[in-house]
Amino acid sequence: MPGRGLNLTDLSYFPGCSLESSARESNISMMEAAEILGLNLIELEDWNCCGSSSANILDKEIAFSLAVRNLSLAPPDRPLMAMCPRCLYHLREAHQRLKEEPETLRAQERRWGRPISLGLSIIHFLEVLVRLGPARLQQGLVRNLNGLKFVPYYGCTLFRPPSLRQGSYYQGEMGNVLTMLGGVPLDKALTQRCCGSFLSAARADVVTPLVNEILASAVAAGAECLVTSCAMCQLNLEIRCTWEPRLPIFHFSEILALALGAQDYEGWFTRHLVDPRPLLQARELIP
Amino acid sequence: MNPPAPALNLRGAASPIVLAEQDRYLARDIERLSRANLSRCFHCRSCGNGCPFIRGMDYPPNGIIRLVQYGLRRQALESHTIWICVGCHTCSVQCPMGIDIAAIMATLRRLALAEGAMIAETNILDFHREVLQSIKQYGRAHKLGIMLRYKARVRQWFADLDVGLRMLAKRKMDLKASRVKAIGEITRLFIPHWKR
Ligand code: SF4
Ligand code: SF4
Repeated sequence: MPGRGLNLTDLSYFPGCSLESSARESNISMMEAAEILGLNLIELEDWNCCGSSSANILDKEIAFSLAVRNLSLAPPDRPLMAMCPRCLYHLREAHQRLKEEPETLRAQERRWGRPISLGLSIIHFLEVLVRLGPARLQQGLVRNLNGLKFVPYYGCTLFRPPSLRQGSYYQGEMGNVLTMLGGVPLDKALTQRCCGSFLSAARADVVTPLVNEILASAVAAGAECLVTSCAMCQLNLEIRCTWEPRLPIFHFSEILALALGAQDYEGWFTRHLVDPRPLLQARELIP
Repeated sequence: MNPPAPALNLRGAASPIVLAEQDRYLARDIERLSRANLSRCFHCRSCGNGCPFIRGMDYPPNGIIRLVQYGLRRQALESHTIWICVGCHTCSVQCPMGIDIAAIMATLRRLALAEGAMIAETNILDFHREVLQSIKQYGRAHKLGIMLRYKARVRQWFADLDVGLRMLAKRKMDLKASRVKAIGEITRLFIPHWKR
């Protein structure tokens, strides 16, 4: 595993465009959870878009340079952490290419006028939690999740793309973390089926049946809600579902922060299109 | 959970394949560019059976591989399939022969753009263009701006209006774009090298 034994107190943090805007509740709740756990997240100074699917489709070189600019801004002495699986993928893919192509590395270093660390470790928030270990999580537990039945929805990217295989697997980890906090994960659902990605904007007709299928599988498994670590998945599952009754879709960080005792959840949950508060009240997690 | 993938449905299959139109180098080129060994494909159709978006495609993923193997360049580059594919890698993980089908799709999209092929899914392409435009302008993707310009481009103001309004009401789309301070570093990327 890259970067094992790294100091996990100070982390550079790459929010990405979604967490910075449409999924701000995910950003805020993650910051809060991190603070309770004693992590010091330092936002990457003047970060830009990770390259995104769209840029990668239209112009691979521009997309690559966009990802590399972020790498050039990251201080080499602390890990770079991302929450969005797609951002993580693009950053890691670019880093991998720099390792394989020394001349590209030199050209990019000259372009940005900054050195780029090949030893930088690029990790997902889940990996930080896993490395912190169960003891730290249980110490922080304030609100036991009281058997909240959830489907851990990983989406397609978190552990899948072949070029990321050198990275860690996160399969099962979201379920593991929330189990420690008193939740009940239900895996017999479509936990890795793609949410529709950008087709949600341009071809909603193809995405709606798919999202309904994912939600139907969660209901069939007996779930009360879905928990995902991807902001795009969260949005697509909420806006493209035409199935009733609608299940709340949580950002992983929201549930985590809630269990760790965060107080300002009201502001996160009012931003949801499917109000999760009745469920949480029924479970006596919030008043 | 998917309906079974339709049998390989070559458009115009009733008309014979014209050998003179075949591109003998296509398969070789795609293999080199995508680093996927498509001659290993034995058309088991696992890829199509797992693909979440098969409903919106004209050829199943292995149908695209077939087109490439046959050297039917125009049909492959002008297919809907390559644009509907979101690169979720479900197929690449499922393929028993370890073929990275998603990489083949990405390569074909790139070729289609480079060669000025007819693009079957113009709306999808327009959407990607608006995202890139936003990145060029702000260094970050600004959702509201992207959606407004996209709607103007495809002239479908009222499709999805309810979803858009609900997102605005929940402040899921910011009016003001968040932007990179050193924006010059970003915009420079978009200037063709011969103009710099
Ligand atoms: S899964 Fe692999 S071997 Fe089977 S049809 Fe698809 S590409 Fe060919
Ligand atoms: S990568 Fe493309 S072809 Fe493969 S399963 Fe995903 S959408 Fe379908």
